[in-house]
This record gives sequence, C-alpha cells and structure tokens, in this order.
Amino acid sequence: MVALVRPSTEQIWRWLDQIPDPEIPVITLVDLGVIRGVSWAEDMLVITVTPTYSGCPATRVIQMDIEAALSEKGVMNLKVVQQLSPSWTTDFLSKKGRDALENFGISPPHTAAGPQHCPLCKSRNVEKISQFGSTPCKALWRCCDCCEPFDYFKCI
Amino acid sequence: MTQREALFEFLQHLGDNTLILSHRVSEWCGHAPVIEEDIALANTALDLIGQAQMWLGLAAEIEGAGRDADALTYHRDSWDFRNLLLVERPNGDFGKTLMRQFLFDAWQALMLEKLARSEHKQIAAIAGKAIKEVAYHLERSGDTVIGLGDGTEESHARMQAALDDLWPYCGEMFNLDERYNALILANILPRMDDLRARWLSKVTDIFDDATLVIPTDNFAHSGGKSGRHTEHLGHLLCEMQVLQRSYPGAKW
Ligand SMILES: [Zn+2]
Repeated sequence: MVALVRPSTEQIWRWLDQIPDPEIPVITLVDLGVIRGVSWAEDMLVITVTPTYSGCPATRVIQMDIEAALSEKGVMNLKVVQQLSPSWTTDFLSKKGRDALENFGISPPHTAAGPQHCPLCKSRNVEKISQFGSTPCKALWRCCDCCEPFDYFKCI
Repeated sequence: MTQREALFEFLQHLGDNTLILSHRVSEWCGHAPVIEEDIALANTALDLIGQAQMWLGLAAEIEGAGRDADALTYHRDSWDFRNLLLVERPNGDFGKTLMRQFLFDAWQALMLEKLARSEHKQIAAIAGKAIKEVAYHLERSGDTVIGLGDGTEESHARMQAALDDLWPYCGEMFNLDERYNALILANILPRMDDLRARWLSKVTDIFDDATLVIPTDNFAHSGGKSGRHTEHLGHLLCEMQVLQRSYPGAKW
C-alpha cells in the first residue's frame, strides 16, 4: 500500500484556477465565481458549485471538467455538489477574471444600466442592441464610435 | 390532502408553467423576425427550462416515489399537468407570443418575490435564483409590448387583438386554491391576497404606455391547475414526449 497524500485545499483551489470556463475560456472557473467551497470529508474531496443561470448548459460541462482535471492530479474520490443559495451573482467574478474579459473584448459587468465603455476603443458612447446574447450571461452592445458590436457580461 | 401532497401539487404547478412555456417559446427557434429576437427567445426558453428542472426536481423529491424531473416531464399525461392554460396557448404571431410572455412574466416576478421569502429553504433558494432571470424577461417583454402596441397601425391592432384573446386566461393565475391552504398556514407558501392588485397595477402601467386597452369583460377560463387542459397541451406533449415514450429511458 502506498501512503496517500491528501492535497491541501489551497492546492485544490490552484488546480481549479487552471480550468477554463467552457463557454468563455479566457477566464477560469475560479474567476467565474462558481466554485463556492472546497473541503475534505474524510478521504472524499467535496467541491461545491453554484450554477450561473438556471438553464445554462455549461453547468454539466463544468462538473465534468472538474472531475477530469482533478482525477488527472490523482484525486479520484471526489464529489461535486450543487448549491443554489446564495445564488450566483456577477459580484462573484474575480478582478483577474474581469481584466481577462476586457482584454478578450467582452465588457465586464459594470452596472445594470450597461457597460462602462467599449472594450476595444474605450469610448463611453455605447448603445444596447439586445439584453440577450450568445450565452445566457451576455448582452449585445455596440460602440457608436468604433462601430464594433461587442458582448457585455450583464449584471445579475 | 396532506401537506406533502399539497406541496407536490404546487411545485408541479410552478414547474409545469415554466416547462410548457419554455417549450412554446422554443418553437420560435430559427423563426423569429430578426436574429436578436431569435437569440432572446432561445435564451428565455433556456432560463425557463432550467427553472422547470429545479421545480420539478424538488417536486419529485417531495413526492418520494422514485421519480425525477425527467420522469415527470416525459411520463405524465396531460391531466397530470398543473400549468396555467395561458402558457399552453399556441404562439400566434411574434407580438402575441410576447404579449403572453409579458402577462406571465409580470405574474411570475411577483410570485417569485413572495416565494423567495418562503420558510421552505429549497423553495426560497430556487425562487431567489429564478427571480434575477425573470427580471430580464419582464424588462424585455414589457418593452416589446410598448414598442409594438405604440408602434404602427398594424402592430397596434395585432397587439390589441392579442391582449383581447389572452386576457380571459389571466384570471386563473389568481384563483385562490383551497388545496394550498395548508401550505400557507405552514408559511411554506406566502399569502397571495395582494397578488392580483399588484399584477394589475404593473400591467396597467405598461398597457397605458403601449396605448392598449384592457378588456372590460372579466370572464376567466380555468382548469389548468387541476389538470383540465385544452387540446393544445395534448399536441404539445405529443411532440415533447415522443422520444421517451417510444424508447423509455433512452439516453444520449
Ligand atoms: Zn469602440
């Protein structure tokens, strides 16, 4: 028998922070704020996850990605549990994640009224096209100066 | 009826409303007048199906008969469904679809606001999650009703016709159902006394801006909450359930 070394929860968090979001791969699951807890229950690792939107198809993929990534690190005895409350909010997005979104061309959540500026030319002269976009978490906006349409990660 | 049976009934009512409306809205996928609206309709349907999954999942758990959300969705017959007749109405044109959405969204937003304060923790959690999504649905359906109602002569006429046609299906939202009394007494279900007045005030504001007139006849159809549905639900279920009925338990 080999003595099993239980990785620390800090180590687990670092590994989770390397798993890209399935729909917006420039940010990680930790950046997205969907990981709500990491703990050991005896020899079982318990990861608590909260869905972004009720019907978001990425929720299932996220669970599979967590299981795959951690089993690669040798964590086999693992349970991913869903937690609804407190419900996910864009306030859970990390600073690192917000910056990554902006650099990628997706305007990070600002206020309910809309984005701070165009993620490309930084103009404040922007207008809403639609409150709904390519994924449940995004709205469609356009810049009136550089004329580029862009995604806005809308506040929820 | 025991408290558990009443809760099972009520959770099916919530779940079936969102499930059936989701299916109706998804019928637009690829057919909406412009791509932004197509995306918005698909996203709305997606939120609603997610909510249905949570409500029906909880319903099955409360029932405790070994069923799950999928079993309730695919293996119940129309008389077992508890949705409002409003949400099974055929889509009609784009304006009528958005009119139905608005009438429902305005009700659902208020209902969820109340349920988020339920003493039943799981109900409060689902409502607290869904309410944020529904706020976006309501903003869009309300704006669209105003845009089309106060639009061209033709869009106005179509929206007024949609309102006249759907109005008799709204009263059912507020039928006080004595089967749920035990739930109110147990603080699982908040009191609903002010629901109709608050809903009416919200829709009146929007219809005023939309230059639409609320029908004066208050006749209301009912039956959906106790399983007496129109023939439209049967046709919808045929399509929705065909695969699981032909190949029970089939998986991707
Ligand atoms: Zn720009």
